[in-house]
Order: sequence, then structure tokens, then C-alpha cells
Amino acid sequence: MSVSLFYLVAFLSIFFSLMVILTKNPIHSVLYLIVTFFTFTIHYILLNAQFLAIVNFIVYMGAIMVLFLFVLMLLNLDKDSEPMKSNFVKIAGLIAGLCLLITLIGSMKSLNISDPVILKDPDIGLVKNLGKVLFSEFLLPFEISSILLLTAMVGAVLIAKREPKTT
Amino acid sequence: MDTVTQAIQGVPLNHYILLSAVIFTIGVIGVLIRRNAIIIFMSIELMLNAVNLLLTAFSVYHNDASGQVFVFFIMALAAAEVAVGLAIIVMIFRNTSSTDINILNKLKW
Repeated sequence: MSVSLFYLVAFLSIFFSLMVILTKNPIHSVLYLIVTFFTFTIHYILLNAQFLAIVNFIVYMGAIMVLFLFVLMLLNLDKDSEPMKSNFVKIAGLIAGLCLLITLIGSMKSLNISDPVILKDPDIGLVKNLGKVLFSEFLLPFEISSILLLTAMVGAVLIAKREPKTT
Repeated sequence: MDTVTQAIQGVPLNHYILLSAVIFTIGVIGVLIRRNAIIIFMSIELMLNAVNLLLTAFSVYHNDASGQVFVFFIMALAAAEVAVGLAIIVMIFRNTSSTDINILNKLKW
């Protein structure tokens, strides 16, 4: 077990996230994305961030993915409505992305931090500890995020509503 | 629970950064090479998740709970963003009966 579990899960998350962008069928993409989020949940559990693991499980795999699947079913995309970009654009996008990756890795190499991640305080990711921090230090951002969710709900309803015939 | 948390002891922080960088790059490439607006949205979710994982890893590394609170805020933001974005996609589909982003080139140049 020990360290190799992390590498196994890391390999799985990279593999499934590659499958998300490489599969032709959007439904398969959503299903692979669900598996990718599940591997992220395992990462959070390994880091002993139990609150985030549960929230990731409920919010991402529950709410957001259901929303994606629901919209996909609603849109009823057929096969020929999924055109791929030309090969030139694909290769250019791949090269640009790899340049970004090389830049990130290069800047990481110059940091010279290779200390192992050690859980000094095992209680840090538990609900009790995070709740104390959230409701004392971050109380104002927490309240503002409730307004953000309210505006998002109103905006989504307003945008998705069918426009009246008069326009 | 102790046996699970023992597993993480000894993974270098570098490897977390590497994993997050790779997944973020996969998200960027997905945005660049796909034309379906929904898949582009999913790539954005991948990028957000890569950042979330890195924030959590750094939070554990520095023994500071603020990072995990930030991740919580990012998740709330992602939920709001997905709701509005999918509403926009539904509206686009209603007007053009397609989710191809190449049709939406009126603002180009």
C-alpha cells in the first residue's frame, strides 16, 4: 500500500481526464469526468481532507454531473452535430498545451521543493476544524458566496427561460 | 483511518504539483482542440479541480486550514458557474440548434 497507492490513483486520474477530452461521444465524456472526480475524491481522502472529500463527492459527482447529463439529454445531440476541429488546429492546440506544461514543470524544477507531504495535524481537514475557520476568519466571504449562489440561480432561470413571442 | 493517512506520508510535494500541472494542461488542451461547447465546459471543470487538489496538498503541507476553505469557496463558485453556463448553452442550442462554437463567431475580429 503506502506510497504506491498515490501513484496508482494519480495515473488513473490522468488517464480518465485524457479520455474526457479524447472521446467523440459527449455522454461518454461526462461519464469519464465522473470517474475523474471520483479519483479526486480518493486524493482528498488520502490527504485526510474528509470534509472536502464529502463535498467533492456530493457537489461535483452529484449536483454538477447530473446537471451536465441532464443538459446533454435535453439537447439531444446526434452524431453528426459533433464536428471535430481540423488537424492543424488540433496540432497547434496540442503544441500550445505542451508548451504550457513544460513552462510549469520548468518553473517547478527551479523551486527545489521536494519535501514529502507530512500530515502534521491530522485534524486539519475535519469538519470541526474547518467549520471553526470558516465561521470566524472567513465569515464575510461565506455570506457573500450565498449572494453569489442566489444571483447564479436567478440568472440561470432568466437566461434559460423561453423568450416571449413579442420580440 | 490511521492506515489511510499513513499512505500519504512520503509522497513528495513535487509530485502533487506535477499531477496538478498535467491535469490542468489536459484541461487547456481540451479547450483548444474541441468544438463542442459542453466538452469545453467539462475541460474548465478539470482545470478547476486540478487547482483544488493542489490547494489541498499545499494546505496539508503547510498545516494551514485556509487552503481547504478556499477549495470550498471554489466549489461553490464552480456550481454557480456551471448553472449559468449550461443555461447559456441551452439558449444557444435553442437559437442555433447546435452547440458548435464555430457558429458563434460574430464577435470574432
